[in-house]
Amino acid sequence: MSALEKAFYSPVGRKVAAKAGLAEPPRLRRGRTFPHGAIVLAPLGGSTLVADTLTMLGRAYESPVIDTGDDAPGYGDRIGALVVDATDVRTAAELEGLRAVLRPAVRGIERSGRIVVVARPGGTGAGWEADAVARGLDGINRTVAKELRGGATATLVYAHEGVTPGDLLSTLGFVLQGRSAFVDGQSWHVRPAATAVDELAERPLEGKVCVVTGAARGIGAAIARTLARDGAIIVAVDIPAAGESLAAVANEVGGTALQLDITADDAGARIAAHVAARGVRIHAMVHNAGITRDKMLVNTDAARWGSVVDVNLAAQMRINEVLLDSAVEGGLADDGRIIGVASTSGLAGNKGQTNYAASKAGVAGLVISMAPDLAERGITVNAVAPGFIETDMTARIPFVQREVFRRSNSLSQGGSPVDVAETIGYLVDPASQGVTGQVVRVCGQNLVGA
Amino acid sequence: MHHKVVVVGGNRIPFAKAGGPYAQASNHDMLTAALDGLVARTGLSGARVGEVAGGAVLKHPNDFNLTREAVLSSALAPETPACDLQQACATGLETTMYIANKIALGQLDHGIAAGVDSASDAPIAVSDPLRRILLEASRARSAKQRLAAFAKIRPSHLAPLAPRVAEPRTGLSMGEHQAVTTTRWGIDREAQDLLAAASHHRLAEAWDRGFFDDLVTPYLGVTKDALLRPDTSVEKLGGLKPAFGGPDGSMTAGNSTALSDGAAAVLLATEEWAAEHHLTPWARIVDAEVAAVDHPGGADLLLAPVGATGRLLARQGLTVDDIDLFEIHEAFASTVLATLAAWQDEDYCRSLGLDGPIGSLDREKLNVAGSSLAVGHPFAATGARIVPSLAKLLHERGPGSRGLISVCAAGGQGVVALLEAV
Repeated sequence: MSALEKAFYSPVGRKVAAKAGLAEPPRLRRGRTFPHGAIVLAPLGGSTLVADTLTMLGRAYESPVIDTGDDAPGYGDRIGALVVDATDVRTAAELEGLRAVLRPAVRGIERSGRIVVVARPGGTGAGWEADAVARGLDGINRTVAKELRGGATATLVYAHEGVTPGDLLSTLGFVLQGRSAFVDGQSWHVRPAATAVDELAERPLEGKVCVVTGAARGIGAAIARTLARDGAIIVAVDIPAAGESLAAVANEVGGTALQLDITADDAGARIAAHVAARGVRIHAMVHNAGITRDKMLVNTDAARWGSVVDVNLAAQMRINEVLLDSAVEGGLADDGRIIGVASTSGLAGNKGQTNYAASKAGVAGLVISMAPDLAERGITVNAVAPGFIETDMTARIPFVQREVFRRSNSLSQGGSPVDVAETIGYLVDPASQGVTGQVVRVCGQNLVGA
Repeated sequence: MHHKVVVVGGNRIPFAKAGGPYAQASNHDMLTAALDGLVARTGLSGARVGEVAGGAVLKHPNDFNLTREAVLSSALAPETPACDLQQACATGLETTMYIANKIALGQLDHGIAAGVDSASDAPIAVSDPLRRILLEASRARSAKQRLAAFAKIRPSHLAPLAPRVAEPRTGLSMGEHQAVTTTRWGIDREAQDLLAAASHHRLAEAWDRGFFDDLVTPYLGVTKDALLRPDTSVEKLGGLKPAFGGPDGSMTAGNSTALSDGAAAVLLATEEWAAEHHLTPWARIVDAEVAAVDHPGGADLLLAPVGATGRLLARQGLTVDDIDLFEIHEAFASTVLATLAAWQDEDYCRSLGLDGPIGSLDREKLNVAGSSLAVGHPFAATGARIVPSLAKLLHERGPGSRGLISVCAAGGQGVVALLEAV
């Protein structure tokens, strides 16, 4: 820790910082915890989708306070969450219904509370106005997320026509729980799936093999721990040189360590062989391993370019090809999961990271392209896009720059590796069958990015 | 053997020169690291393993329960029993046979054999007179008696004694003994340097092809064997000055093993246990033989494995030609060369009670992934290094491939073992 950093975090420094508007960031609610206060459900029409999903989650809900006059009425006690069923909203005029329930709720929400809007997506032939409204809801979501304080977040879920409460269950559970702590201002899609679930499992991955690359440290180690907590049998993969910490992670989660360079030609085959020896197939392949070789483009040579693109993008495509071959023992199971790790640097662009951005935006493109092709086998393909996460890697960024990055999002802090891991845990949950081809940013609504 | 015993995995930390990167690591630390890497590779975290047998040659008195203590520090279940064994440089092979024999007899269905040594963290002893005085003082019943005991201390008593790798009965160091053997068997300098260079080149090749990806776990930032010199050559080795055998000696620092730090472990099991735990058996332990020679009477200190090899092959009805791979521990390049010469010497073999010469081997089958000259030789770890490496090499060649391990040891002893790929 630099002298400047020490001074900043000293008692005097904290006071000065607070005066300068750099208040202590809120402590986020994490883990499999629901909001403390009441969950308020606001159906803006006759749909019972969200009501039925909440019932399936075992969560009681209350009626909303509706703002009708000039004096905004308030909630007595702080509420834990407002969940809006906007699946019947089709016209611009109906957006007023949203305002009327949001205004009291935003004022009365607890710390780390949740605003969740469930709506129909645009582009489904419901008409011009319906499409405009669907996009308008996204604008509302992003703005509410920026206005919320104290670690509260907003999320928009596009539930496609035909989505059942069982299909929506894992998503609504994730969004309401502390697992989604650093997911803010985001929207993604849930499609109908043959999901036979009727409750949110505590250990949804019980006995399932999950392979995590780059598992020796940082986000990868957190993914291994989180998936193991959810019951998974972990195969922890990292380069041989990282073997010591890889072994420690594998032993901690009761899994196995596989020392492997993912860029090797036989990487996919070796992963499959390791799993096949245990007589099983892979439930989830989490492509977390990644490297940076940052330089401004004018200083980026072919070697810096090639290694980043190969490790971060090309290697996972080669591995996927092997694991997706049904004839390969120890490959990906039907109804399995593939996870890519993109980055807000890729989605938004970041100075000095052309190679990294190419690879990480590439991952986003990859999962979107793969998802429909693998739908028939029940395999979902998704990506998470971390923003500023507190890891050994980001700890090397100079302090002032790091502090700026940290605070450049709606939650005024860096995320924890576990926040990325929890989001992946949600996506690989068998109950998340209807979520595929999505890129979920775990960035606290970073100011930059899509 | 009643139950088939198979090698299902192994792990070691990279070996390093004494006083190098592991200078601050103890036997306990390194053995724990080797065990933890094995546990991670084989998915045994939290498991109660049947038994762990380990050992070290250079051992501190408070390490009397070294292996058990390392187990307690490891990711294994604390209910895993352990014991320490010691047979000088053959310790790691002897622990392997101890566990293998128990499995063969049905006393265990799996176990871990290990070995570790730190030449960096060697115990320093006080002189014998000082030790006697201190013991006398601790027995004293009064202050006066205690003072009387302390009054006997002389300055000369205070010099610390580092352990000497010397034979108690001859006073000669191992290198000095081997120098006699080298001369007796007429082993020339170039042959030794050739063997040493090959050891480095083959080890480097094995690292390059990823052979050690599932045999070694990095430790303290060291990711490869630190003694390895991939670019060494007979020419470079030829420039080194003699270290043993006087100014005309042929043994140098380059063709003798360096004092090293390291630890290794190997997982042994019945085939059934391996199948239940989804582990691929590499090779089975077929047989082993131990032998000793009368080195105080003038026999070659490090050639005891020759007699063991002859008896083992005879018992198994095999000849040298039936063996696909040989692992002869490179204590010194000249030890290996003298061993090979002895195998072919009819008179010598008959003097050991064998029916005739053991025979000559194809050098392409010898130490194909390098050996102690390039890897290093933390005494007790070497056997536990060789067993899983050879088992994997045999497995790569296919079922039925046979491999012979020959390890010489201080005290004029040697242990030989036979493995066969499954």
